[in-house]
Amino acid sequence: MEERSLHIVIVGSVDHGKSTLIGRLFFDSGSLPPEKLEEVKRVCAELGRPLEFAYVMDNLEEERTRGITIDIAHTFFATPKRKYVIIDAPGHKEFLKNMISGSSQAEAAILLVEITRGIQEQTLRHCYILSLLGIKQVVVTVNKMDLAGYSEAAFLDLKKRIEEVTMKYGITPSYIIPISAMEGENVAAASDKLSWYKGPTVLQALDNFEEMKIEEKGARFPVQDVYEISGQKIVAGRIEAGRLIEGQGLWVLPGKTKAKVASIKKYLEPDLKEAQTGECVGLILEGAEVKRGDILSETLSPTITRTVHANIFWMIDKDYKLGIPLTFKCATQETRGKIERIRRRFDPASEKEAVTDAASISQAEVAEVDITLSAEVAIERFSDIPELGRFVLEHDGRPVAGGIII
Amino acid sequence: MDHLTALENKSIFIIREAYFRFRNIAMLWSVGKDSTTLLWLVRKAFFGVVPFPVIHIDTTYKFPEMYRFRDEYAKKWGLNLIVGRNEGQVEAGMGPGKGTKLDCCNELKTNALKQIIEKNGFKALLLGIRRDEHGIRAKERVFSPRDENFKWDYENQPAELWDQYKSTAAEDNHFRVHPILHMTELDIWKYMKKENIPLTELYVSKNGKRYRSIGCAPCCSPIDSTASNVDEIIAELESTHTSERAGRAQDKEDAYTMQKLRSLGYM
Repeated sequence: MEERSLHIVIVGSVDHGKSTLIGRLFFDSGSLPPEKLEEVKRVCAELGRPLEFAYVMDNLEEERTRGITIDIAHTFFATPKRKYVIIDAPGHKEFLKNMISGSSQAEAAILLVEITRGIQEQTLRHCYILSLLGIKQVVVTVNKMDLAGYSEAAFLDLKKRIEEVTMKYGITPSYIIPISAMEGENVAAASDKLSWYKGPTVLQALDNFEEMKIEEKGARFPVQDVYEISGQKIVAGRIEAGRLIEGQGLWVLPGKTKAKVASIKKYLEPDLKEAQTGECVGLILEGAEVKRGDILSETLSPTITRTVHANIFWMIDKDYKLGIPLTFKCATQETRGKIERIRRRFDPASEKEAVTDAASISQAEVAEVDITLSAEVAIERFSDIPELGRFVLEHDGRPVAGGIII
Repeated sequence: MDHLTALENKSIFIIREAYFRFRNIAMLWSVGKDSTTLLWLVRKAFFGVVPFPVIHIDTTYKFPEMYRFRDEYAKKWGLNLIVGRNEGQVEAGMGPGKGTKLDCCNELKTNALKQIIEKNGFKALLLGIRRDEHGIRAKERVFSPRDENFKWDYENQPAELWDQYKSTAAEDNHFRVHPILHMTELDIWKYMKKENIPLTELYVSKNGKRYRSIGCAPCCSPIDSTASNVDEIIAELESTHTSERAGRAQDKEDAYTMQKLRSLGYM
């Protein structure tokens, strides 16, 4: 059986060459359809520009005329080793919500730093976001080496600073690679101009990423919906941890009642006795009435609470002020609430010290907060059960922040 | 979990989220391979039942094979089929030969869809678009809000983290929900093979030609191919570099035709 694809996000500051790197990767590995290349050539000629590999990813007219990436694009790519989904993220601060949306889908990341400009505000911010989202596999590419005459000394100098910064944010890059995306040096093929560098190319570094392993844990099944089909009540949901077995007893949280799995249903699979993590199934339950938002759990280890202690990142340009009502969405649970206390607040891109007991949070800031809710929820640490340890906050139906339970 | 099973589970999760959130939804079925796969996934999500209407936007220019296939499976699968046609424009003679292709798509597809949504008050539509089809579709969200003018605000899309999809805000008229956005063309064919999903004969080779992408007959060109079954189509796609929509007229006229169409409410 073919393994599933690995999702990789490309991040870094504006103009450090993210879209160009992906375009080049596609071109050099022969993955670019000929008409796509023709289309890019034609548009570049119309705009009076040299061939711009970034246009492979930047398909919106506004992106091409302004020369920036506005929104994430997912593209598909394969090496002989495996399949990839490559997510190109924008580098501007104003598009941070798009970068976070893209990163939330990724298991690994490539962080770009441009050799002449070095570490910028957005480099720091993106680095911190990766760390917060729990993306541990990161490759750093030092781009535009052509502008530094392919100098090893310049590379080593920046490499040292990159190592300091990533260590501060709890990330250990698996490789730091000198490249020129524009010229195709060290992208798909090893570069003669960078022959002093002995490590892998970008393409080889991708193949060295590892897939996240699914660990053995107690079953968790957030109820998504309940259907009445042919007189039967079918409880629909996805297994977020562990496995479910026919006859198994489960706790229904947050109410702490007990239910038994009478049978497991999947269309066209009549004799299902067991289902694994990641499977969407239907359950026939005995002993309890359940509804959307209930969490079925093998153990009582989730915390049942109305107060959530978490790190959040504020994504929109309107500030949050203490007391403004919010909606808390975690797995299939949804309830009203508000931030009661902002313990610490800081901007990961700034040298300024964190503000304690703050009254507001602004765009691109990170904060350690206590959120109070109008109803009990079942939550866990993000590091234990990710699906029950991360959440989105909305205001008036719009997502405003993401959060990680600590 | 293997690749195709992971893709299927992701789709089913999205379909169930959309149905829970809105209940008053429908899906678009063009009778092509992607929306037929979506329809198959909907049947799996609801244990063999399709609990909402299935809309076929009929420009009157579809291939005869598509009409036959539609009617056969609508009956076989017990679908609540709604056929949507922009009657005013059809009567006025709108077609690919009149005005630009952009006008024709806009009137016979987008505006036909607008009429259906207005008439039925649907809060969300499931659509079988995929990110690898087109660079503009690569930018889409899974839950994509539209305002009352059906505008896609591609410069300011909402954040979409993990599997948390945006709630309805005051300015949201309806949502476009994209349950197979994450699948590629090759994924679709491999999944169709695994599940034995029926398809129209337009996709298989006849006299050395077959269609790789189908829509309105005047605007689709077949490709040279000897692939006469799903296995041979998969083998052919694995060795080709030409893009899927190369045979679709609409995409060719201008680099940003798709962007313009989609910002006006096209699928």
